[in-house]
Amino acid sequence: MARRAESPASPALHSLSRAQRGLADRLGEPGLRLLTWAASAAGMALIALLVYKVFAQAGESISHFGLGFLTANVWDPVSRRFGAASFIYGTAISSLLALVIAGPLSIAIALFLTELAPRRARRPVATLVELLAAIPSVVLGLWGIIVLAPFLVNTLEPALHSAFGWIPLFEGSTSPFGLLPAILILTIMVVPIIASVTREVFETVPGDLKESALALGATRWEMVRMVILPYAKSGIVGASILGLGRALGEAIAVTQVIGDATGVHVSLFAPADTLASRVASTYQGATSTLEISSLAYLSAILLVLALIVNVIARLIVRRSTRRMRRVGPRAGLAVTTAEADA
Amino acid sequence: MSAPGGNATAGGAGTRHPLLVRDRRLRRRKLVNRTMEATATLAALIAVAVLALVIASVLIKGVSAINLDFFTKEPAPFGQSGGGIANSIVGTVLLVAMASVLAVPIGILIGIHTSEFARSSVASSIRFALDILNGVPTIVTGIFVFGLLVVGHVQSGYAGAVALAIIMLPIVARSAHEVLALVPSSLREASLALGVPRWRTVLTVIVPTAVSGLITGALLAVARVAGETAPLLFTSSIASTMVSTDPSKALSSIPVRIFELSESPSPAEHAQAWAAALLLIVFVMLLNVLARSLFGRSRARIARTR
Repeated sequence: MARRAESPASPALHSLSRAQRGLADRLGEPGLRLLTWAASAAGMALIALLVYKVFAQAGESISHFGLGFLTANVWDPVSRRFGAASFIYGTAISSLLALVIAGPLSIAIALFLTELAPRRARRPVATLVELLAAIPSVVLGLWGIIVLAPFLVNTLEPALHSAFGWIPLFEGSTSPFGLLPAILILTIMVVPIIASVTREVFETVPGDLKESALALGATRWEMVRMVILPYAKSGIVGASILGLGRALGEAIAVTQVIGDATGVHVSLFAPADTLASRVASTYQGATSTLEISSLAYLSAILLVLALIVNVIARLIVRRSTRRMRRVGPRAGLAVTTAEADA
Repeated sequence: MSAPGGNATAGGAGTRHPLLVRDRRLRRRKLVNRTMEATATLAALIAVAVLALVIASVLIKGVSAINLDFFTKEPAPFGQSGGGIANSIVGTVLLVAMASVLAVPIGILIGIHTSEFARSSVASSIRFALDILNGVPTIVTGIFVFGLLVVGHVQSGYAGAVALAIIMLPIVARSAHEVLALVPSSLREASLALGVPRWRTVLTVIVPTAVSGLITGALLAVARVAGETAPLLFTSSIASTMVSTDPSKALSSIPVRIFELSESPSPAEHAQAWAAALLLIVFVMLLNVLARSLFGRSRARIARTR
């Protein structure tokens, strides 16, 4: 407390007369309250304005195409016909498959970091995994184009094709640009998010529960399966949906590797496109106000999807962090630090 | 390693331990256990290996393209070799600085509001809304600012900075809230009990205690937006190749430049893209490491006051 009294603001306050201090307090108290309130109000207004403005820009396209836009599989600036079907498909398939790969991988990483790793290695490895989230998406996209794509065309895709070619997903000719590289890049992006939130949840599992299971003769894996995973279930689901939200909205890295092609193809090797990526790739090429408005329509669909996914994820994560708070006070902040990268 | 199955075997050496009666089942359980442990270890190795792979690519390909010209020269005209990204470096510094000036004070004020003044139901709704804002895809933020500031005008550095600020705002505000909430209530109560008014308590006791945590949040937000491309495409991408400090026109930026270079077929441009990526990654990683160490120190300091 002694140090507090020397903090820079205090001497100035002491030099004021009692009357001046009274005045400062009478203005300062409501002043600071009002100022911080105004900041919050401005933040809330910003969100409302954002939603309104995106839909307002989409207005021309919405009145022109209506809801048929959602199911029309066409993007033709010349005949001015636009539709979102292939992009909705691309968004769904790329982010869901990324989640299918990233989910188990992240849970395994989180388990390694909370249960298996030598104590001294835990923090550094956890930090490294979180740093993966800090790589700018445009750099990952660049890596995708120049390093990953040739590897896929020459090695992975032929291998998948010859082994699983009978599954429609792995049919057709290989190509450096397409859904597969997009899925892999998205996986790299969401693993750190899911892994770090999941790790936080795992760390809140009470030690007594784990030790009881071990004392009853469970192997470590049985303890994980019967104690940790059930306890952390909702946290894992929340973390995965958070990752899904990130994957849905990623524009740059996806547009760099996905090939920007309209049309619905089952094969993962074929070029495709997502909502976010189509908006990003048309940034200089829009030729008519209807096309710009249709891009805003795509953004509006994306916004609605992201809002739904995030609301669900936050509700779930919030519920399990509440439980965390009861267990330990330090949990929440680390989640926030991890999410700042998300 | 200390799996109880192992203990049982060791403890029962020589004698016929009850657990060993069902030897085959135990062996299977231990096998499953070991397989799963190996899988988890492998997964962590893969994650670290991917990080190493990406960073190694950027390092190896970036270092060879970096020279003095890269930092000081403007891009060479199309088809000529050489040149640098001076205009993009200046642009990124300006954009991020302007965005921080907008977002950091407002974000910290929101954090103070939610942690010190607002009723808890109001505060948690505001934090919820901020989390949702944090989840808005950045390309949508770009389209929003495009409609707000660019349509009817031109792309500008101001518009780009506003878009980046919108992305920073929830990060700064949320972390400010969390850090301020960490300040022990005993400190708060001591100050109030001495008759210090609430606002003065906030400004002279609570904020100074949490200041390094507040800086952490700001640094993480800067690290995040320094690498953002999507919100700038519609707001500040059609920029001149000359070094410009005029925010009323579009400013070039490092991420957008990497994006353009990466779409080019020319190997020389790819080399420049790698060099720019190296610069960006070094900057972002440094900020992250700095923020993390500051945060650790801040937490330790707050723990001492407790």
